Amino acid sequence: MSSMIEASIVKPTTARLDWSLWLRQVRAIMRIELKKNFWGKRASLIYLLAAVPVILMFLLAVVDPRGQADLATPMTWVSAQEVFGNIYEGLILRTIVFFGCAWIFMNLFRGEVVDKSLHYYFLCSLRREVLVVGKYFSGLAASILLFTLTTAGSLFFLYYAHGYPENVRYLFDGPGLGQVLTYLSITILACLGYGALFMVIGLFFRNPIIPALLVYGWEWLNFLLPPVLKKISIIHYLHTLAPVPMNEGPMATVVSATSPWISIPSLIFFTAIILLVAGRRIRKMEIRYGSE
Amino acid sequence: MQAQVTNSTAESASAMRDQLIVFENVSKFYGEILGVNRVNLSISPGITSLVGPNGSGKTTLMNLMTGLIQPTRGRISILGISPDNPQELFRILGYCSQFDSFPKGMTGYDFIKSFLLVQGYSNKESEEKTWRAIERVDLVEAAHRKVAGYSKGMRQRIRLAQSIAHDPEVMILDEPLNGLDPMARTEAIRLFRQLAREGLHLIISSHILDEVDTMSDRVVLINNGYIVAEGGVSGVREEMDEHPMQILIRCDRPQELAARVFTSDSVVEAQLHQDQQGLFIRTRNADRFYLLLNRIVIETGMKIETVTPVDDDLNAVYHYLIGSNGGGQT
Repeated sequence: MSSMIEASIVKPTTARLDWSLWLRQVRAIMRIELKKNFWGKRASLIYLLAAVPVILMFLLAVVDPRGQADLATPMTWVSAQEVFGNIYEGLILRTIVFFGCAWIFMNLFRGEVVDKSLHYYFLCSLRREVLVVGKYFSGLAASILLFTLTTAGSLFFLYYAHGYPENVRYLFDGPGLGQVLTYLSITILACLGYGALFMVIGLFFRNPIIPALLVYGWEWLNFLLPPVLKKISIIHYLHTLAPVPMNEGPMATVVSATSPWISIPSLIFFTAIILLVAGRRIRKMEIRYGSE
Repeated sequence: MQAQVTNSTAESASAMRDQLIVFENVSKFYGEILGVNRVNLSISPGITSLVGPNGSGKTTLMNLMTGLIQPTRGRISILGISPDNPQELFRILGYCSQFDSFPKGMTGYDFIKSFLLVQGYSNKESEEKTWRAIERVDLVEAAHRKVAGYSKGMRQRIRLAQSIAHDPEVMILDEPLNGLDPMARTEAIRLFRQLAREGLHLIISSHILDEVDTMSDRVVLINNGYIVAEGGVSGVREEMDEHPMQILIRCDRPQELAARVFTSDSVVEAQLHQDQQGLFIRTRNADRFYLLLNRIVIETGMKIETVTPVDDDLNAVYHYLIGSNGGGQT
């Protein structure tokens, strides 16, 4: 009883590049996603995570960990920067920004699959690659805002501990301002790289926690890896950019520092590649909530 | 000259295809589990209902049409557009799915407007289209309430509003009458009919056979992933030779009528009604039987009160083809 049509010409995908439409669509996606990122149920955990280093630096500023005997001699800028360098890389970068980005970016798609609401985007007159870009930028905006504030807040208490006018002098007449801007830039680059990586993990894996933990292990053990493998990581490039790199201990394999002229474009190139992979993945993605 | 004729034939085939929803040998497997198999369909404007038991493949067909899933084999074309081109497809298509979930924290108004903005409409256009869609589903008063607080029927209506908000040419509606009260159902059916009159394609799946029967221009019966029958309900019914059609004739002389109808070889069975005021007959050719009945009435002056086909509705077709008792539900 069924009929069949002989002609079988399906209109090809139009290759028209409608940039103004895509920009409008990215903006609309970001508006929806930023609300979710900042006001959604999942956001509270991120706020808590982002506050941890600031609280720690506040405590260090108020309660000197060296004990009562040393309070008379304030910590020098050199040793304070070393302490901060370790806190920044060990806590802020490798833990807070890492897990914060994992949470924000993995939930961009995986969270919607769990909530069974991703199909609303798929039912819009919207190239799926534009959806990837819109969601990525919304995650990026949220993570950069949160974690640069975390970095800035932590630095504030580092400077606060040294008292006025010493801190102002160090900031504006010394290397302080350059270091602050460098730390903030590293945080932004970390969000860029980790964000893309975790978004693609969220697209490929039903349970992205395990791959995220494997990446975490890889990033932490980076200092032990041979030079070639070291370069297959995000933390390697971020580490070499740090004004005061974290002391990786005697077991660390020694490699010559990568120039910022290589580190920064490498991270951006890596991000672009990952976004292309995400774009390819999402074109083939199916909505099958029942099997999730 | 020959080339011109060939060209114009190809063009007209292509133009015809651009008016249709076409499935060409489409199969979908979920791993080793069959979704649908070897589906060949061409659907013209009007209301087409997909009917079949749970798990028969109705939603799979709808998800294939909208690109939410991709066929394992075969090709689909929606008015000439492939479902793997969402940017083009969803300019002309709206899908009211069965997924009863919404983005968190949104009001009904935000929900529709946000997705119109994502479609690329300007803020002003989005506002206008949002209100028009909300008015069409009669949710104006609840528009600024959170969707999470809506009743099931209201959630159904806001999904319906979202699917019609951008004025699509094709609407795919998965169980759109679910959760609606009788008044809202009547309104929804009226809306579907109006949209069909405006030349839209409406593909509707529903388990309420009586309503499907009254609103559909044609039905597609599907079972275990295969298309069992397709066409107008009466057309499908007529093709079912193995199930002779049942007709109840209420008249003053049913016994005489029974004796006379047996002169026709199209009548395979005649049975008196319990109250002796009517006759059930089973015929392989209803048209021939009606001609015979006219002749008998003229010859005998018999008084006929009613002539009612008993099993040419969707319930009967469903029962015969799919096996279980439809009983108004699938």
